[in-house]
Amino acid sequence: MPTDRPGPRADLDRAWVLHPQVSLRPEPFGALLYHFGTRRLTFLKDPRLVEIVRRLPEAPSARAACADCRIPDAELPRFGAALASLAESAMLVERAQSGRHDLKGSGLA
Amino acid sequence: MTTAPADARQPRLTELFEAGLDAPICLTWELTYACNLACAHCLSSSGRRDPRELTTAEAKAVIDELEAMQVFYVNIGGGEPTVRPDFWELLDYATAHHVGVKFSTNGVRITPDTARRIAANDYVDVQVSLDGATPEVNDALRGPGSYATALRALTHLAEAGMRGVKLSVVCTRHNIPQVDDFKALADRFGAQLRLTRLRPSGRGADVWDELRPTAGQQRELYAWLLDHGDSVLTGDSFFHLSAYGRSLPGLNLCGAGRVVCLIDPVGDVYACPFAIHDEFLAGNVRDAGGFTGVWRASPLFQRLRAPQTGGACRSCGFYDSCKGGCMAAKFFTGLPLDGPDPECVRGFGEELLARRATDGTDRPRPSVDHSRPVLVPLTRRPPAPPVSACDESPLSGFRP
Repeated sequence: MPTDRPGPRADLDRAWVLHPQVSLRPEPFGALLYHFGTRRLTFLKDPRLVEIVRRLPEAPSARAACADCRIPDAELPRFGAALASLAESAMLVERAQSGRHDLKGSGLA
Repeated sequence: MTTAPADARQPRLTELFEAGLDAPICLTWELTYACNLACAHCLSSSGRRDPRELTTAEAKAVIDELEAMQVFYVNIGGGEPTVRPDFWELLDYATAHHVGVKFSTNGVRITPDTARRIAANDYVDVQVSLDGATPEVNDALRGPGSYATALRALTHLAEAGMRGVKLSVVCTRHNIPQVDDFKALADRFGAQLRLTRLRPSGRGADVWDELRPTAGQQRELYAWLLDHGDSVLTGDSFFHLSAYGRSLPGLNLCGAGRVVCLIDPVGDVYACPFAIHDEFLAGNVRDAGGFTGVWRASPLFQRLRAPQTGGACRSCGFYDSCKGGCMAAKFFTGLPLDGPDPECVRGFGEELLARRATDGTDRPRPSVDHSRPVLVPLTRRPPAPPVSACDESPLSGFRP
């Protein structure tokens, strides 16, 4: 699990966004994320996490997106770890960086 | 991979999948029953094109539906899909409409030109089929010259700079001893090895008994797969081997009608690519509700998504690992669907197989067969001496 493993942390005070090649598909249990570049599939099993990911593009920071979704402070570390895991697999990218990605055919996402 | 805040109350992913998704994660789409080869174990009994196959316009309408349903990619096969004249047009149409394509080929149409075209499209993956690491083993199953065709295709793809080509192998009694050679061959072309299970589907039913791995080979393969982990793809097809102990990477469940399905060349929708039989036919993409209607509302798929009892396997301590194995393998070997897989690693399937009729009359036959007529070699009568030279040629003896 992402919480048990050292790795890049998603800085909650930075702004994140889905990688331009990633599609999000809603499902009754949450959502599927598919990265057309890496061909990786990820399952978001918590509808609150889906809502946070949806709000990231408009939020000034991941912490703000969590606050919009009324995530209690006590649960922030868990959601931070989940976001970190998404960043590690390139599903999420820092918003400032996303404009610099020169991805062939990124219009697909 | 799963991403969720750690929480013990979350249902396991497999439980969610068993209840089915709003759309398949990926699906197999066989574009044509036409094929230049006549592999002995062809899962779709392919050979001749079916005159009712979907037109280009109908195929594009299916892609539009897949885009709307957010099906991220399709596995295109056949038959040999590249012999469809509109194959490249459909490939481009799909990727332009947010549907990634992974297609299987025997390599017959992979020229330097088409290889460059494939390499230039980021959303296309290719899978080249090869069932022997040597021409002898491969061609015995797939036909003379098919090894050379596959290797030529791999060469063109590598030269075009295509990365991540899959070398796709159906594991048989004859090629499991070559598994390290396959890995070396894949490495040579910068390709990724993909090993899948031989199913008794299509013409595979006729050769399954003689080609399926021995019990010892199953165990070796399991150990080999554990050693190689994520570096070798399996299409999750060996989940029945998980009952040996550790689970193999992948979903480890039967996805038929729950997370996968098959669209055949005439638009029929089956629960899975290995189940081309009326028993598993859910509908047709030409029906009023289209593919979406079939996926979401077909009574067959609803039934497959309902909780399964486990039947005779329920009391087995390994049921949670193997889930009773492959539905299609059970069906086409004539075993009950709620019992053990014919290749159950504990040998329960073997016991049932031994009790079947020896003449095979208690096994279902495929409902659909596009095999080319068997070519009976014409025996020539030994030449008899002509009674007179004129019987051989009206011009005999004529010297201008």
